[in-house]
Amino acid sequence: MRAAVWLRAVLVALTLGVAGVALAQANLEINTPAVASLKSGMQQRHAQLAAFYASGAVGLTRDGNIALRDANAVPLAQRQQVNSLIVAENQDRAALYREIARANSKPEWENEIRATFAQRWIEKAQTGWYYQNPSGNWVRK
Amino acid sequence: MNGRTTTFLAALTCALVLGGCVTINIYFPAAAAEKAADKIIDEVWQIKKGEDAAKGDKPAAAQ
Repeated sequence: MRAAVWLRAVLVALTLGVAGVALAQANLEINTPAVASLKSGMQQRHAQLAAFYASGAVGLTRDGNIALRDANAVPLAQRQQVNSLIVAENQDRAALYREIARANSKPEWENEIRATFAQRWIEKAQTGWYYQNPSGNWVRK
Repeated sequence: MNGRTTTFLAALTCALVLGGCVTINIYFPAAAAEKAADKIIDEVWQIKKGEDAAKGDKPAAAQ
């Protein structure tokens, strides 16, 4: 009789546990201080990058980064600046993908998170921006 | 139901449920990742809700 009570308690606990796991699966954890600070840095940088996306100087790569696509679209005086922006942005993006994987205790997910972001950046890009198709060629959206 | 059967059933249930958890966690949650990515991208690029369809006329960042 006591065993039956125990069994019931164990079953209830497991059911709640499974429900908790299922809920956790529905969302990835992205509310960490590191993600928030990366986001705000990238948001500020975007104000400077937007013009370069629009001119086609900078494009979205198929691996979730950005790259200089057409240096000639950048006035000579701004080339140094655009290169620094690209390096800084790609560093932040790498850190973002790594941090999301880490925040979910799944560092091995980093590459899949990067691949997901790569698709979504392109999907949400504005008309006229350039992105790399799966074979690596630049395409104007 | 005697004690031994009960213990056996409890052990079996534990094994199945824990096995199920491990199986769930192996797979990358693609839909959840997409949702998370969209949320972050909307913030970084300052895309307001509902603007997705109308986007493209001007850069998101006001000059």
